Amino acid sequence: MGVHVRRRSRNLAITAAVALVLPLAACAGESGPPTLIWYINPDNGGQVEIARRCTDAAAGRYTITTEVLPRDAASQREQLARRLAAHDSSIDIMSLDPPFIPELAEPGFLAPIPDDVAAKASDGVVQGAIDGATWKGKLVAIPFWANTQLLWYRKSVAEKAGLDPSTTPVTWQQIMDAARDQDKFLGVQGAKAESLTVWINALVESAGGHILENPEAPADEITLGLDTDAGRAAADIVGTIGRDGLGGPGLPTADENATMTVFQGDRGSFMVNWPFVWSATNAAVADGTLDQSLIDDIGWALYPQVTEGTDSRPPYGGISLGVGAFSNHTDFSFEAAQCIVAPENQSYYFATNGNPPASVAAYDDPQVAKAFPMADVIRESLEQAAPRPQTPYYNEVSIGLQETWHPPISVNPDTTPQESTDFITSVLRGEALL
Amino acid sequence: MTTADTVVTDGRARRARKPERSERARDEARLGWLLAGPAFVVMIAVTVYPILQAFFDSLYSYRLTAPADREFVGGQNYAVVLTDPVWWGAFGVTTLITVVTVLVELVLGFALALVMHRAIKSVRTMLRTVILVPYGIITVVSAFAWFYAFDINSGFVNHWFDWVPGVDPDLNWFAHQGTSLFVICMSEIWKTTPFISLLLLAGLAQVPTELEEAAQVDGATWWQRMQRVVLPNMRAAIMVAVLFRALDAFRIFDNVFIMTNGANGTDVLSLVAYRTSIGRLEIGMGSAISVLLFLCVILICFVAIKLFKVDLASARGEK
Repeated sequence: MGVHVRRRSRNLAITAAVALVLPLAACAGESGPPTLIWYINPDNGGQVEIARRCTDAAAGRYTITTEVLPRDAASQREQLARRLAAHDSSIDIMSLDPPFIPELAEPGFLAPIPDDVAAKASDGVVQGAIDGATWKGKLVAIPFWANTQLLWYRKSVAEKAGLDPSTTPVTWQQIMDAARDQDKFLGVQGAKAESLTVWINALVESAGGHILENPEAPADEITLGLDTDAGRAAADIVGTIGRDGLGGPGLPTADENATMTVFQGDRGSFMVNWPFVWSATNAAVADGTLDQSLIDDIGWALYPQVTEGTDSRPPYGGISLGVGAFSNHTDFSFEAAQCIVAPENQSYYFATNGNPPASVAAYDDPQVAKAFPMADVIRESLEQAAPRPQTPYYNEVSIGLQETWHPPISVNPDTTPQESTDFITSVLRGEALL
Repeated sequence: MTTADTVVTDGRARRARKPERSERARDEARLGWLLAGPAFVVMIAVTVYPILQAFFDSLYSYRLTAPADREFVGGQNYAVVLTDPVWWGAFGVTTLITVVTVLVELVLGFALALVMHRAIKSVRTMLRTVILVPYGIITVVSAFAWFYAFDINSGFVNHWFDWVPGVDPDLNWFAHQGTSLFVICMSEIWKTTPFISLLLLAGLAQVPTELEEAAQVDGATWWQRMQRVVLPNMRAAIMVAVLFRALDAFRIFDNVFIMTNGANGTDVLSLVAYRTSIGRLEIGMGSAISVLLFLCVILICFVAIKLFKVDLASARGEK
């Protein structure tokens, strides 16, 4: 009896020891095919599926696993920048929001892209996506998907106002008048967040200006282009919507999701927003929380113009793939990144997750046209889109704008552009806090 | 004043007695060092070292994404911070939140402590558990709960309280400074009053019942008993409660971060430090703010101890 017990406990101890040591040995050995870690932004599972497909395609030479980054782009940047500054070798591939690419490229945190890979990665890709992944004339990230905002409108409201945005481009003045006359709310992002910068940049660019005149300059030499006619036109639109209550009482805290909720409600009229609203609204109808008649009432068109007759410059967003400079497997990582951005993966991603492709070819996929009847408008919008200022100091510029242009009710075309220019300039020179 | 004098004379006396210390006293002192030593070393490693590192970093212009541009700037970061309206605005808001929440929590916490102290035995355990529930909730979770309750799109507060003057379905609580600070303070009070009441309950339990009974026999009213007997006897507990809460409240972060992220004049010092060090990756400037925040906290400790004239050692019964 005693011998039995002793033997059993000895067996147990051996099993436990083996169980403890085995995984450690696997870590230490690295004998098998390398595991590439892809840091992804949260989505509806599309990137995990693409990682699985590309692992299969690699036929055992490497496997791709994913790690999820925080929800908002600013926190994603914080985590990646901190890890890369500490030379984290576990970052092989990362999904990057375009405005933060220069900040990571400038100190050499992104592995330089070999010429042949760069040539392949920019072939057949919409221009906005290439511009957004370029720093100092070189492609530093591989465009994956490209996002842009459209003008979404309630057909009933537009009709009543005598507008048909799908055939004739509308101006901000027209949609503001329509909302005012019919006592409806405009869907714009007035929250003190990145979405406000997106809006301001699109307005300034549409009016023919730029927030930064020389985005590639060092911090203390950057000059702003806000105190111009374009900047004042943008401030006039933001301020008028704020003062006249055209955005509704929720405007000072409205992000993209809150804007969509207002648009879906009884007082929805026109909204500028990313294409995710289409899949989200359809999903809500499928769940039964919204009525089918709402879907039938929704139309889409290009982003509104600031000056009548001048093409608008819609916001550009999306994700490009960077390869970590401190990764132990840069060759495999570039190979994996090229697999991830293959057009068939991009169209799969668009159809299932609502994120538009950067590749022109991906738009011809039949599953895309089925899920997104507005795919052609999105592609057209991407060709016109203007990226946000591409500077390593983007974070300062963006938060500086949010500090001075929020809440929208306080924005005054005569003073706000000048104030934000002074403020951002002194922050960049290290003379003021944000 | 008198406390300080006694401490000084006490110290002198001890020094004078030193050569005559018995072997046992020396052994005890050595044992004390052996027991406390490891904790002391850990403490230095995890607090003193980072504080010194932060002070060192605060003398440099240093951005995490531009390590090559790092340069020594002396006290320039401090000069920028201390002359900046952002710092002083955040300082004012932080002080306001600290004063308001600690005062309200002290009054509410004392009332709750009295209820818990006097409650009949059968419900006492349950009562304590119920009162402690908010304190057991993670701050971020409670911040989100309060945020969604008051949010203009998803919140129910506007609909439930529309009979209150000034509250209507179009009121956007997080779009104005006053209303935002109101919600921030309310959530802070809701969450941490249990903590303060627990500390005060411990203080109440220490007040000898004979003293109170004697006062009652002498004809003292309830208010007089509170004022003359109970409160003076729990001064140390009150000081600990106020000190802990004031330090906590001064470092408020989660509620503001979740609800407004500093919009509409609700910036607090921790948020400014976070935004500079973590958001802008400006390690030098951020360290300067952190060091100043640390000095503010030290100052609060100092003022609280002076104000209450309490020596914690005496409260422990060591003297």
